[in-house]
Amino acid sequence: MTTLVTHPESLSLPEEEHGTSGLLKWITSTDHKVIGKSYTITAFVFFLIAGCMAMLIRTQLASPDNTFVSQHVYNELFTMHGSIMMYLFAGPFAFGGLANFIVPLQVGAPDMAFPRLNALSYWLYLGGGIIMLSGFLTTSGAADFGWVAYAPLSNSINTPGAGPDMWIVALILTGFSAIFTGVNICATVFYLRAPGLTMFRMPIFTWNMMVTGILILIAFPVLTSALVMLWCDRHIGSHIFTVSGGGVPVLWQNLFWFFGHPEVYILALPYFGAVTDILAVFSRKPVFGYRGMVFCTIAIAALSTSVWAHHMFTTGTVLLPFFSIMSYLIAVPTGIKFFNWIGTMWRGSITFTTPMLFAVGFLIVFLFGGVTGIFLASPPVDFAMHDTFFVVAHFHEVLFGTAVFGGFAGLTYWFPKYTGWMLNDKIGKVSFWLMFIGFWVTFMPQYLLGEKGMPRRIAEYLPSTGWATLNRISTGGAYLLFLSVFVMLVAFGESWLKRKERPAGDNPWDAHTLEWATSSPPPHHNFYWIPPVRSERPVWDHNHPDHPTVKEHAREVRELVGVGAGTGARGGLAEELPPSSAGGTSAPSGDGHGPVSGNGHDPTGESK
Amino acid sequence: MANVGRMSRPSENDGRAGGKRRPWRLAVPVLVLCGLGALLSGCNFNGPTFGESHGVDVQGHDIAKLYSGMVIAGLVVAAIVWSLIFWCIYRYRRRGRDEIPKQFQDHPLLEMTYTIIPLIIVIVIFVFTVITENEVDSLSHPAAATVTVTGFQWGWIFHYHDADGLTVRTTGAHEDLPSAYTASIYPQLVLPDNETTKIILESDDVIHAWYVHAFDFDRFAQPGIHNEFEITPDRIGVYPGQCIEYCGLYHSEMLFSVAVVSQKTYKEWLSYNEHHQGTQPKHFTKGFDETI
Repeated sequence: MTTLVTHPESLSLPEEEHGTSGLLKWITSTDHKVIGKSYTITAFVFFLIAGCMAMLIRTQLASPDNTFVSQHVYNELFTMHGSIMMYLFAGPFAFGGLANFIVPLQVGAPDMAFPRLNALSYWLYLGGGIIMLSGFLTTSGAADFGWVAYAPLSNSINTPGAGPDMWIVALILTGFSAIFTGVNICATVFYLRAPGLTMFRMPIFTWNMMVTGILILIAFPVLTSALVMLWCDRHIGSHIFTVSGGGVPVLWQNLFWFFGHPEVYILALPYFGAVTDILAVFSRKPVFGYRGMVFCTIAIAALSTSVWAHHMFTTGTVLLPFFSIMSYLIAVPTGIKFFNWIGTMWRGSITFTTPMLFAVGFLIVFLFGGVTGIFLASPPVDFAMHDTFFVVAHFHEVLFGTAVFGGFAGLTYWFPKYTGWMLNDKIGKVSFWLMFIGFWVTFMPQYLLGEKGMPRRIAEYLPSTGWATLNRISTGGAYLLFLSVFVMLVAFGESWLKRKERPAGDNPWDAHTLEWATSSPPPHHNFYWIPPVRSERPVWDHNHPDHPTVKEHAREVRELVGVGAGTGARGGLAEELPPSSAGGTSAPSGDGHGPVSGNGHDPTGESK
Repeated sequence: MANVGRMSRPSENDGRAGGKRRPWRLAVPVLVLCGLGALLSGCNFNGPTFGESHGVDVQGHDIAKLYSGMVIAGLVVAAIVWSLIFWCIYRYRRRGRDEIPKQFQDHPLLEMTYTIIPLIIVIVIFVFTVITENEVDSLSHPAAATVTVTGFQWGWIFHYHDADGLTVRTTGAHEDLPSAYTASIYPQLVLPDNETTKIILESDDVIHAWYVHAFDFDRFAQPGIHNEFEITPDRIGVYPGQCIEYCGLYHSEMLFSVAVVSQKTYKEWLSYNEHHQGTQPKHFTKGFDETI
């Protein structure tokens, strides 16, 4: 609703005019926005590929004794579906795509802390992804030991061939890419925040990305080491996971899940953050219980490192009560987040745009996935449910809820910032409703199938089991989900075709955080001007001086923006201010912040 | 509500700032009472298991009871939170043009309340979990019968200890699936009714998992690890079982069945097979004939 800045042509930076263009410019770019876009698009393509695999899987399961694909192909399909979704889509889409693009903007930085490392991350990720998919081109096919690659099934005797090796190498590469990105995000957040932007004034999305970065640093090195050990077992004759050589197969499970459970939160926390920002913006309110929200994020991250063995209750090798209570306890901070999300909407003024629909959809679907997760944290219930479709339904609700509902919420919310034009809201809403309905139709029958005892990862089942009808319904729902993603692609396409008609402006949502203080898409070094940061909603405070966020800052903000003051800028909404006059009236000292300003406050305004 | 928006114009908050309607305050105790009440009632179990088996063994009954209680408690909590979400969607959607609501952000008491209540709920659930877990996992000494179950790619070996080395072994076929899990191509585990059988679980190669839906139970069969557990069936019948941990190419076909027979039949079956070593043991099918 506001245009904060007009950019004088004279200020365009020399970096924008370096000689390269086209493909070479893309390959050599270290701009976080270019890398972020590349990540987003690449991850989305992987999402589509793995989604197609899911369609083949669901088609195979639609009827008993089906021979649509062979057992071998089926095993490859569910392995690669899981691997791509977990390693190449859900994570990189968040910490590679959204975080790369948004975090530097939200902290008011010109770029990530290590731009070259950032570029390396992307190319490692792309290389790893291509290597993983290339497994399909080998004679023995792609990896087919499940995305968890349990030893000793994953050794060279039980799963020989180049496909599994490529899977291992691909994960080592993408693992390093994730680690570098984690380092980069943390360094950016720690060192490149704008003046005034204290830790407790950071947007929740940035907070969550920082905690995610730390979790990455805890979890991914363990996976990478475990993969190196597996590689040694397969190729240089070590026996780390082999009984015959004195090794311990269950060690793999411990190492893998020590990575695997924090990984679940690496996938969830960024989307929690995106949804939190979105709910606040479209309710026109600050985040309810902001500090509680931050502490909950940290609590979830801390607890997530001590719950890995709840994936191993049925191995008979772990201390059940400890891992059970730790898993239950994660429900507490997650529950608090839910109440804070509700509190954010409470007495708000809610508009249901496409991102808001996806965010609310996330709340509704993730709640159910979370509740069924509590059942599974109980070892006796897990004895009955482990490895059944109940678990499949549970983690799909949780991961689909976060990565797809939350991911689409984030993608559609920041779409104007990415591109500079608006997404077609009508088509976006159609996509949401298809997805919301398809989601329940797909996964509710899977809970029932699990309760009826259908194991996961089976290519066929007997007609006498009575699982056919529910499976058919679930497959129908899966096709709806596929359609909903296709409709979202149509929305992107339509918006691109009509991009001239729907320019976004700087801040189309009347949003709160710093990324909306610059143009869409942002210029090369992101900011010509940053509003004074007095709360976690600097742009809101700037645009709505009558309705500041924090009580203690109310007076301060009022003085700064001149509400009720005899001198200085006029009060009221920023849009009422002609930018040219505002710059002159409120900054009489002319303290070197340049001619571009909305209300005359440069980042150094903190010292005044 | 901690109300920060001191400077907001009163007219913007028509109908919102009354302060009388506070469903939060009501919802929270309702959440506790319903959640705990449902959990407790679930433990005087007579109730639904939502499609899950009620269990045909003592251990399975315990699990089904716990599961039922948890699902009821979970659905009550979910229903409450969903109602709050839907209430927000319905009540607070923007109707007027360009209104700006009060900018409140904190309410420490309320936040503490909804921290403590979930904590109490999970601790109560945890107590019931541990009680059930101890019952399900307890090993009585000595068990009436002991069977070593060995999983391999892709079948099962059942080895009855008391029967002087009697081994029942059948592998799955890879070509076509027969129409029923009780077909003689799949191995069958025979257990005595109303007696506790100890099962020792092993694996020859990769990780398998022994899963019988009617018992509400599965346990990994792992190389190098001997898992022991007990089953006390209390209903005669034939039940399907299956490997439930992915174990390679023909994982889907690693089926077996469990026949729970009367103690008399079990003894006869054992002694018959002891004297006919090397032949395929008799398979029980649904509505089976008690004579061997």
